[in-house]
Amino acid sequence: MHEEHGPAPTLWPLGFAVGIAVALVGLIVDPMVIGSIGGAIAIVFGFLWARDATSDLRRHAPRIQAEVREMTPAEAAAVPPAAEGEAAMPAPRPGETFPRSRFLEGATLGLGGIIGGIVTVPVVGFAVLPGFLDQKGHEVDLGPLTAFPVGKWFIATFMVDPKEGEVSRRTAFVRNNGSVGNLPSFTIISNRCAHLGCPVQANGPTGAILGEKNVVEHTSNGEILMRPVVPAGFGCPCHGGQYDTEGNRTAGPPVRALDRYAFDVKNGRLVLLSTYSVSHVVGTGGQAKIYKYKEAGPGEHVDGPEQWFYPLQPPHH
Amino acid sequence: MAVRRAPSKAQVRREQMLAAATYPLDWFEERSGLIGGVRYFLFRKVPSDTNWMQTLGSATLTAFIVQALTGVILAMYYKPSPHDAYSSIQNITDHVFMGWLVRGMHKWGASVFIILMFLHMGRVFLFGAYKYPRELNWIVGVLLLVLGLTAGFTGYLLPWDQTAYWASVVGINLNGTAPFLGPWLAQFLRAGQEINGNTLSLFYSLHMLIIPGGIISLITLHLYLVIRLGVTSPPWSHEAAGADRVEEPAPVRSGLTRPVAHGSPGGRD
Repeated sequence: MHEEHGPAPTLWPLGFAVGIAVALVGLIVDPMVIGSIGGAIAIVFGFLWARDATSDLRRHAPRIQAEVREMTPAEAAAVPPAAEGEAAMPAPRPGETFPRSRFLEGATLGLGGIIGGIVTVPVVGFAVLPGFLDQKGHEVDLGPLTAFPVGKWFIATFMVDPKEGEVSRRTAFVRNNGSVGNLPSFTIISNRCAHLGCPVQANGPTGAILGEKNVVEHTSNGEILMRPVVPAGFGCPCHGGQYDTEGNRTAGPPVRALDRYAFDVKNGRLVLLSTYSVSHVVGTGGQAKIYKYKEAGPGEHVDGPEQWFYPLQPPHH
Repeated sequence: MAVRRAPSKAQVRREQMLAAATYPLDWFEERSGLIGGVRYFLFRKVPSDTNWMQTLGSATLTAFIVQALTGVILAMYYKPSPHDAYSSIQNITDHVFMGWLVRGMHKWGASVFIILMFLHMGRVFLFGAYKYPRELNWIVGVLLLVLGLTAGFTGYLLPWDQTAYWASVVGINLNGTAPFLGPWLAQFLRAGQEINGNTLSLFYSLHMLIIPGGIISLITLHLYLVIRLGVTSPPWSHEAAGADRVEEPAPVRSGLTRPVAHGSPGGRD
């Protein structure tokens, strides 16, 4: 039996469409009367349409005999297997090449590669490079030198870039060592732990316990809070690294001493520059000999054989 | 061939109802072949002595789907900027309707996902299911584990509170101590020399776009290999591995479709 593809032509959908159109017009003109009439038309014709469309399903389906081709065993044996016989595409003649296919293959791959590269390189560069380029250093004005009595420690917290907000907040331990020769000397230790970068705390009483007031300086870097402290050393709350007051590691997992801030004195004011790394410090205060290295990340050795694990540092300010 | 009796009226009616119900599926199957594909995927033959332990992979997949769905919903309310991140999390937890629930599901579900990955990995190891020819799937699974852990790491920063911040500082610096490329990796993750506002949006992008994309791709590959290579018998199985199985004759159509007994199976041909 031959079955038609698709439904037979019928007028019911047209009636349905008219009903919908009337209903839509009715919604504007008169929802109660014309809208209901349109709805009724649509429902009636919709029902007839659905009935018509599903008539196949409801009819008792015809039974169809499977198509059988009679063959004697000898005939069946003579039928070649599908794997034999002539190939749909004949094998190339000896010496026959397909230069155009080869060319198109190459062109597709080549052009695709070029286009992919053109698109990918800037995107990947945009995703990765900004963190490495244009790393600007910041100068932080900590206030007049007179705010730092000789020999007193302060915990100074400040934003290196007030425009960036709280995320740029840093802390340093600052002590005025007095003058060495003619030059002012300061010990300015970064509170970034040399183990994994947690905030190192001063081990000792601060502010109110000492009977002293916190000092707030207003400088070009915004508000700078300076809390007086008498530290016996510095300690990290995360993994227990301990340092002495020169930042030398005394216990725990840190691999080197605490980083320090380079500083400058401008117009009688103490200005912090970038940080540098320190393997260890011999001596104290103004007489200390600081073994200075280029700034390295926490946990990275700057001396000893382990330093060879970090031959190339990413760009720093 | 057995002689078929004419079906009773009730039988005819039932078959008609069934045919009407499966008609849309039939329509879809005829144009896409996907129902057959889904059947192939869902009704695969597995060894008769499979074990409950072998459901850990599906459990992990379910945990990932929960993470994906709750994560998409959280992304509607979360604001990845240093100024707004913490307050938007507070808003989700305290004010958005059922926000506490969705955030809780995502937070605790993250641990569930990681734990299930390890349990699944342990099952595969103890069953010896990583051996030939399934080594590649083990490798894909290990990559999935790495991506899953990375998703956990990058997600941890997003609440932008003290715990999140310092945990990420430590985590990034931990990466930084890796020999040779470690400092470069750390600087990439920090989006600069120090953690800054871009770090948060970088982690957000990694956490909700790049890593889930990678996980979804690798899960697809993982499942493809499971289907292609089949499920392993437990090590205590008495059935010989790799034995030919007795196949039932394939149905004429994919089977979720119009019943074969009624009408012509290939009636439209």
